[in-house]
Amino acid sequence: MISASGLTKVYGSKTAVDHADFTVRPGVVTGFLGPNGAGKSTAMRLVLGLDRATSGSVTVNGRCYRDLPAPLREVGALLEAKAWHGGRSAYDHLRFLALTNGIPKARVREVLDIVGLHDVAGKRAKGYSLGMGQRLGIAAALLGDPSILMFDEPVNGLDPEGILWIRRLMQSLAAEGRTVFVSSHLMSEMAVTAGHLIVIGRGRILADTPMADFIPPSHVRVRSPDLQALGRTVAAENWRARAADGALLVYGVTPADVGDLAHRNGIRVHELSPVHPSLEEAFMRLTADSVEFHGGG
Amino acid sequence: MALRKATFAGAVAGEWIKIWTVRSTLWSMFSTVVVTVGLSSLLSLAYALSYDRLGFRARLAFDPVAYGLAGLNFGVITLGVLGVLVVSTEFSSGLMRTSLSAVPRRSRLLAAKAVVLAVIALVVGLISSFAAFFASQAIFSMRRLGVGIGDPEVLRAVTGGGLYLTLIALISLGAGAIVRHTAGAITSVLGVLFVAPIFGVFLPEDWGRTVQKFLPPAAGSAILTTRETPVTLPPWEGFGVFAGYTALVLVVAFVLFRRRDV
Repeated sequence: MISASGLTKVYGSKTAVDHADFTVRPGVVTGFLGPNGAGKSTAMRLVLGLDRATSGSVTVNGRCYRDLPAPLREVGALLEAKAWHGGRSAYDHLRFLALTNGIPKARVREVLDIVGLHDVAGKRAKGYSLGMGQRLGIAAALLGDPSILMFDEPVNGLDPEGILWIRRLMQSLAAEGRTVFVSSHLMSEMAVTAGHLIVIGRGRILADTPMADFIPPSHVRVRSPDLQALGRTVAAENWRARAADGALLVYGVTPADVGDLAHRNGIRVHELSPVHPSLEEAFMRLTADSVEFHGGG
Repeated sequence: MALRKATFAGAVAGEWIKIWTVRSTLWSMFSTVVVTVGLSSLLSLAYALSYDRLGFRARLAFDPVAYGLAGLNFGVITLGVLGVLVVSTEFSSGLMRTSLSAVPRRSRLLAAKAVVLAVIALVVGLISSFAAFFASQAIFSMRRLGVGIGDPEVLRAVTGGGLYLTLIALISLGAGAIVRHTAGAITSVLGVLFVAPIFGVFLPEDWGRTVQKFLPPAAGSAILTTRETPVTLPPWEGFGVFAGYTALVLVVAFVLFRRRDV
């Protein structure tokens, strides 16, 4: 579990994280969503104590990160694509990390197998592709078999196969009861990976909610010249519905249900369409005024 | 897995693996020995060959030990680079964030680096110093100028050569942690150790001579002398002054390393 309260980081005149309160819980993949520059990476560095908070605090498993008796055994983090020395092999990189936290040497081979790097483990890391580098970072995160995992933009630059692999890995880690906190500016990725969402924009936490609550539920949009009659009929069926923009939005049913109902009651229908609101739409509404950088990558 | 703790010993073990698993370490060690022993031998040879042409005063002031260890001053470059690289490459590669995730107690990480570097620099320094001594004395013996390791003050000077190079490595480590960029840190170290003495040259005579004695390179290399000279402090005093500079740089390095964002 990661808990931040009033977490604030100011660089000069820029407030990167602004009084953030959030809790990341075990057993579910928690997506940390926000546009580039929103403060996701800063917040993650604050969790690890790499950057010092200007005010407020953040704890992991109830403790300040630096006070953990064996940090790699409690938190594994993939912070950026490259956080290793190119002159050292993957095996040596993991071996020194293992030594610092009293992790058995056998575990190094295990994580190299998990991420599929065993064939190149003895080669110097500077020759690794972006995807291999990312796998090395993930191997380092998994090394201490930690209950908390943090991934900062893990799918950046990966091929579709790699993206799928990371997605499955994160979901299986969460299914094992671990806390999985993953940042991304890719909403499509979050939509299929995360079960819970923390949305950040301009350093402020804009939402902290289960994914299902964040995305408005699917519904059926109906237009009719006899809208009032249709509304009464729908209400008589005990369906949940509301009027919007001259249409009726009906929840929890299919377009066929609504069409049949209208037919039975002799009500004319001019439009009958299923609506599946996307994470994109929900996100855009929320962050319309907090996007710092438009366009680009 | 039994829950074992991250300890200082663990941090040292990690740094030990780290330093041996990049090529620059072996290269620095190798070049330190080659440069110090090679230049000491060359300088001694030059001296021995021109001995007949030297005046009485020059012959009287001749310190075969200090002269024979003169090449150690060039080990400053190679061990200095190693000391800087131990910290600066972690910043340039992004490894520092990984290292601090594993060892979040920053003083512990930097201290572990210092311990490992000091051990390696001491071993390399002693090998270089003793090798330079025996090589140069063999050359001096051709002119009956050589001294033995058992002669008064000699063992202290030769051992001191190893200690001096160890301090050089540590002061460079401090510079690496303060400056955080390889080129900048190396420039600072070489600037202080090679360029600073020029400062003393331009001061009025008495002043200049006194200031010169206390400047880092002269103070540090005083430990190599076996005869009193007007241009250096007594051996241990000079070494003490240089150790003081090293301690100062390391204190600043620790304070900044603890405080700054990574």
